[in-house]
Formats: sequence, C-alpha cells, structure tokens
Amino acid sequence: MTPSSGSGRVSGLDVARRPERKPGRLGMALVRASAFLTVAVLVFIIGYVLVRGARVLTPRFLLGFPEKMGREGGIYPSIVGTFVLTSLSVAIAAPLGIGTAVFLTEYTSEGLFSRIVRFGTESLAGIPSIIFGLFGFLFFVIRLGMGWSILSGSLTLAAMMLPTIVRTSEESLRSVPDIYRETAYALGASRWQTVTSVVLPSAVPGIVTGVILAMGRAVGETAAVIFTAGSSLRLPGSIFDPVRTLPVHFYILAREGISLENAYGTAAVLIIAVLLVDFAAYYTLHRVSKRRSVTGR
Amino acid sequence: MRENPGEEDRNSGQVPKVRAEGFSFFYGKVEALRSLDLSVPENSLLTIMGPTGSGKTTFLKALNRLNDRVQGTHHTGSLLLNGEDVYGKGVDVADLRRRVGMVFALPVPLPMSIYENVAFGPRKQGISSKKRLDEIVEKALVSAAIWDEVKDRLDSSAEKLSGGQQQRLSLARVLAVEPEVILLDEPTSGLDPLSTMKIEELLRVLSRSYTVILVTHNPVQAARVQGEVAFFYMGELVEKGPASSMFVRPKDKRTEDYITGKFG
Amino acid sequence: MSRKEKFAEIALTVVGLTSVAVLALIIFFIFKEGSPALAHVGLGRFVGGTRWSPGKGQFGILPMIVGSFFVTFGALLTGVPLGLGCALYLSEFAPRKTAAVLKPLVEILAGIPSVVFGFIGLTVIVPLIRDHLGGPGFSVLASAIVLGVMILPTMVSISYDALRAVPQVYREGMLAVGANQWQTVTSVVLPAARPGILAAGILSMGRAVGETMAVIMVAGNATIIPVSFLDPVRTLTSNIALEMGYATGLHRQALFATGIVLFVIIGALNILARAFIRSR
Ligand SMILES: Nc1ncnc2c1ncn2[C@@H]1O[C@H](COP(=O)(O)OP(=O)(O)OP(=O)(O)O)[C@@H](O)[C@H]1O
Ligand SMILES: [Mg+2]
Repeated sequence: MTPSSGSGRVSGLDVARRPERKPGRLGMALVRASAFLTVAVLVFIIGYVLVRGARVLTPRFLLGFPEKMGREGGIYPSIVGTFVLTSLSVAIAAPLGIGTAVFLTEYTSEGLFSRIVRFGTESLAGIPSIIFGLFGFLFFVIRLGMGWSILSGSLTLAAMMLPTIVRTSEESLRSVPDIYRETAYALGASRWQTVTSVVLPSAVPGIVTGVILAMGRAVGETAAVIFTAGSSLRLPGSIFDPVRTLPVHFYILAREGISLENAYGTAAVLIIAVLLVDFAAYYTLHRVSKRRSVTGR
Repeated sequence: MRENPGEEDRNSGQVPKVRAEGFSFFYGKVEALRSLDLSVPENSLLTIMGPTGSGKTTFLKALNRLNDRVQGTHHTGSLLLNGEDVYGKGVDVADLRRRVGMVFALPVPLPMSIYENVAFGPRKQGISSKKRLDEIVEKALVSAAIWDEVKDRLDSSAEKLSGGQQQRLSLARVLAVEPEVILLDEPTSGLDPLSTMKIEELLRVLSRSYTVILVTHNPVQAARVQGEVAFFYMGELVEKGPASSMFVRPKDKRTEDYITGKFG
Repeated sequence: MSRKEKFAEIALTVVGLTSVAVLALIIFFIFKEGSPALAHVGLGRFVGGTRWSPGKGQFGILPMIVGSFFVTFGALLTGVPLGLGCALYLSEFAPRKTAAVLKPLVEILAGIPSVVFGFIGLTVIVPLIRDHLGGPGFSVLASAIVLGVMILPTMVSISYDALRAVPQVYREGMLAVGANQWQTVTSVVLPAARPGILAAGILSMGRAVGETMAVIMVAGNATIIPVSFLDPVRTLTSNIALEMGYATGLHRQALFATGIVLFVIIGALNILARAFIRSR
C-alpha cells in the first residue's frame, strides 16, 4: 500500500527486507477469497433452500394438515407449534434474563456473588443443546411430570436462551450513560424507579435486539426440542400437548426420507422465519445506533 | 411536602443552611476533602472555585449523598443541612436529594418529553394528579426562564432542545421538586456565552429564595455572579469571602495565583 | 415505597440466581442418571471400550470419542483459516462500507438452523464426496465441511472483535516505517490479537464438539473407529440423539453417561477458553 522502493532500508524490521510484493499479494488474495467464500456459502444455502422449497410453498402446504406422516398435506400444526413454543420460551426467558442483567449492572458491584452469577451464565452458554435436551427430558418431562409438551419444550429452550439474553441485555444496560442514573438519583428517585423509568427505557432497543436474536436461534433448535416437546403431528390444544416443531418435522422428513419435496418446503419456511427474525433484530439495532449518535455528544 | 421552600424558617436564621465541620471525604485512601469548615447561610449564593481535582464536585456530591454510589468511600467530621447531619442515622436519602437538588456539568435531558422531564421528580415522589403536575411543571419552567420557549412543545422530546435550553430544563427539573438547596456543578461549561449569561442571571434571581451553591473553575464567572466565593485547593478551603473583596484583595497567595491565572 | 424497593432487590437477586440454579440442576440430573452406568460398566471400559452394542450389553464409547475428536479437528481445519481470513478481510482490508454490509451477513449464518446445514450436507456434499472421492459419502470429511461452515460465525465475529481491539497506533507505527499493509497485519496486528483469536478457535471447538443434528445427517453414524477421512463416524452427541428415543434401562443410563463425558470435555474447553480470554 505504502510505496517503499528500496528493501532493507528499515533496519531491525525483517519484514521490510523480504521481497514484499509476493507474500502480500498471495496473502491478500487468500484473505479476500475466504471472505468471498464465506458469503458465497451463505448465499448458496439460503438460495438453494428457497429455490427448491418455493414450489411447495402454497397456501395448502402452509395451512393444511399433514397426511401420511407428512408425505402429503401441509405443515400447519408445526407452524403453530413452533410459534407457540418459541413465544412461550421467550416469555419465560426474557424476564429472567433481563432481570439477571439488571441485577448484575444495577444492583450489585463486582464481587464474589456477581462472579458466581456470571460464571453460571457463561457456563450455560457453552453447554451443547443435546445436553439441554437430556436435562429437559429428565427434569421437565419425567421428574416434573409435564410429559412431552409445549411447556417442557419451552422451559428447556428458555434455559438455553437465557445466557444470550443476559449477555445482550447487560451490554445495552452498561451502555446507558451513568449520568442518567445520577440525574434520576439526584431528583430523589429510588433505585427501582431509576431502573424502570430511566435506565431500562434507554436500553430497550438493545435488549429487544438481543431477545429477538435469541428467539431466532430458538426457532431453529432441534436437539433440545425433540426430546422435550415430542414429535406429534397433531395440532396442539394447550401448552400441555406435544408438538412437532418445524425443524423437528424437517429433520424427520429428511432423515427418514419421507418426502424430500416437503422437506425442502419446510426448510424454506424455516429459513424465511429466521431471516425475518434476523431482519427485525438488525432493524431495531439500527434504529438504536441512529438515536445514540444524536444523543451521545 | 414543603409549600414554600425556605419561607418558614427564613427569619429563624441563626442556623446556617449548610455547614461543614471538620468534614473530610475519602475515596479509598485519596483524601478529596480535608477537614473542611464552611457555612452557607440560607437564601444566599456561594460560588466554589478551584482547579481541577480540588474537591468541588466531591463537596456537592457529599451534600446530596450521590457519593454513596461510589464504592469504598468514607468521611469524617460532619456535614449539616439545617443543623442536621446529612450522614445521620435516620436520614432518608431520597428525601435529602429532593431537598438538595443538583444540576450537572453537561445538560442531561432524560430520554422522555420535556413535560415528563420536569414531572419526573414529583412523580417519583408520588404526585400523580394531572392538574397538580401541570401546575408544578409550568411553575418550574417559568422559574427557570424557559417556559416561553417550550410551552408549545411540552410533549416533544427534550433531546431536541439546544444545549442552553437543556441546561435550563435541568434546572426546572430540579426546581419542580421544590428543593431548599440547589447545587450546580460547572453548569455552563458546555454552553455559549449567551446561554451562560442567562443561567448566571437566573442564579442571581434564584438565590433570593433558594440557597444556591455554584461550582466553577472559572474565576471570572465567580466574579460575575457576585455573592460569596470559596476557593478550594487540593481538597482544602483556602479562603472564603465576598466576591467583591476576594478579587480585589485575596488573602492567600494561592488564591491570588489562581485568580490571576498563574495555574488552574 | 421502601418495601417495594426491598422486594425488587430480593426478587432480582433470586432471578439472578436462575442461571446458576439451572446449571446446577443440569449437572445434578445428568450425573445422577449417568453415573450408575459408569459404575456398572466401569469408567475404564466405558471410555476405553471399542464396542458399542447395547443389545449385547457392550458399552464402549471410544469410537465416539475418537469420532468427535476427528470431526472437530476436521472442522477446525476448514473453519478456522476460512473464518480468520474472513475476519482479517473485514477488519483490515475491506472498505468500511463493505465491512458494514458483510458483517451482519456472516452473523445471519449463525441463525440458520443446524438441521438445514445438515440437510445441505446430505443433499450436496455427501453425494459429491461419494462420486468423486469414493466411499459412502457419509464421512468424517462431510462432517468436517458442514461443521467447518457452522463454526464460521463464531470464528469470524470473535476474531474480528479481537482484531478491532488492536490499537490503531500499532498499525500506524508500522506503516510509518515503510511496511506495507500485509506486513503490518502479519507482524503486528495478528500477534497482538492472538489471545483473542485463540479464544475464538476454542469457542468454535466447543460449538463443533456440541453440534448434534447436522452431524447425524452427514456422518454415517457407524460405531467404528474411522481410519480414513472417508469413513463414516459417530460422535458423542449423535450417539445420544440417535438412541435416546427408544433406549431403556442400562442403555439409557449409558447414553446419559455419554452426556457426562461430553460435559467434561466441554467444561475443559470452557476453562481453556476462559484462561485465554483472561490472558489477553
Ligand atoms: N469516583 C472517584 N473515585 C476515586 N477518586 C475520585 C473519584 N471522584 C473523584 N476522585 C478524586 O477526588 C479528588 C477530587 O475530585 P473532584 O471530582 O471532587 O474534583 P473537582 O474539583 O470537581 O475537579 P474538576 O474541576 O475536574 O471537576 C480528585 O483527586 C479525584 O481524583
Ligand atoms: Mg468536578
């Protein structure tokens, strides 16, 4: 980039002594290629699934009931099941996750206790989903007698998404300028009043983004759900009924070779759902950064 | 709450409004205030000036106990409001902070409407009647000399106001909780000369019915607003006296160096 | 007023403990359910045994341990260079606008369900391998490629953060003495970001070890120790997911014991990652 004709002019820096053009070129080409490849893979995956699945995406497929184990008919119960399961898990995890984040940022200073909480959250984040599935099966399905049900699945998923929500909420709470808190306290507001009326509202866009992203992951989760929510093809009547979520349905269709065509259709629905969720998250985040740049002088 | 701030004990005035007696304040081992002795009579204006790190902010934040939020601090001696120790046992900190309002260096519009900014304190105090709040908000905005500029857009975001307006809004927000003492920590440091003048003018007016403590590191400002001036240096009160005499005949060499711009 | 305060504080403290409680519950239940099998089979024969055939009462998970290791190693081999390259491009070479578009795109990759990755592996990669390299197609290689792509978002975004955290003055200092951009990156930026990049690698490793559904679909799942990268494999996670649906008694406990082994491996990786992040 910088023009440097003579080699070895800079003593002590062996890098400058090497013939510099070649390794730089090759390296940069590789780096560019890997960025290109990464994006290409993404585009390929999304394009492949959408193109193959598009043919199947008819109202009858989306709003119809499955027949012959899903070989024919639609995926309506799975769409409903996925929606209810995901919403319920967010409804459980969001208050807990945001509450934990508020506790960590507003109610406690760095100490043994907060370190324990943080350790718990970080460790949870590293646990593979199949282990969550095993746990949910043992604890919710069997021990608490909830059976394979939306409730068991949601509780398991909630445990899984907790760390994400805690981390993103904590980040956005910490980015609220401390002077807001000082101002509220100086006006005689209590801690709870300060948190609810000044801190949380300023952090809302970031928190919402985190929750939406966690939701996006939950929509596509399979391993943790298959052992806790079951794989019933019927339309659930309540949260105590089992469901077969979209990814589970897709997995069964594809793996057992029931119907490749319907598998593609289900995958397309799944991808569209995930993309919509991601888009919503980035949209929210984008609006925050815009607002921040106005306020943050 | 208090109907007319300061009115009731205006003439019982032997007890100073604010008084520090051998008051020291520590951040860990750092002694930010050293055995401070100082008193501020009711309905007067005290300007504290001093170079950076001299303990001005620390003094203000001790008075309304915002310093409680900092870990590992302690104090010795006493700091009295109306003769009662602000660090005393039964003190309700939220109530203390309502009685001792504070305006910060940079204007802080809370992320809500102009109206809600001013109504913030009263609401948190438990006032919820719309009519009562309307009255309070209008009165506070009038006292802070910003009513005319915002009366038609009370519901728009406070973040849209200019810096100078935001700072007067901050003042209105403090006035809305009807404090007895108003603390201002370099309130004009981010403002243009015109906005600065407006605030200074306002402070002179307010000091007739409130006890006002203004912090500045600008000796010229201290001279302009008149009243009493205290010079802080490295956590100590070097000298205190009326602006009129301190700027003509400083008693201490350090004060003289400071006001003549030798340091700070 | 102050009662509400007290209540809020207590409630938030309790809420703050949820994740710790969940962690404790997970550990408790997995260990409680799995340890009888470990005791019955014997730790050595369980971890070191090469035969897994529950019908005959043989519970050796060495093939799965080796399988997980191979597959993970393969995933790192493909995903780490690619992810690091991508992160380097985004942080050092790409125009700011390009980076601003590409970074969220890469993060979308993290949101694509693992079954979709598995499916594409199944319908695209497995046939490719079968037709061009031989073997059944379901293989270590197929798993490594699929997992390699799946760890990209983790690898890219954490290394990117590490690279961005290198102070600008380092770069300017090098450029000022006449080094070109590539030399600056290799001799100053990369070494400075190394702990963060290592942490990214370890976290990616954790993701690869823990991934289940995608691997099941492309690995072939044979319970033998693979000798070639074209051989089918079964990983620890797959072992659990494949048989959990119908296992009972000792068999089921053995699956939970597999969970314990997985848990210990993941725990060790986490401790490693934390040590690296801290050494930054
Ligand atoms: N939160 C804190 N933790 C530790 N030390 C602090 C803290 N706040 C202030 N100090 C120290 O206390 C001393 C006084 O600080 P203070 O903020 O009161 O000074 P100041 O006179 O307001 O200065 P400035 O004009 O820069 O605002 C300084 O030495 C400062 O470093
Ligand atoms: Mg200060």
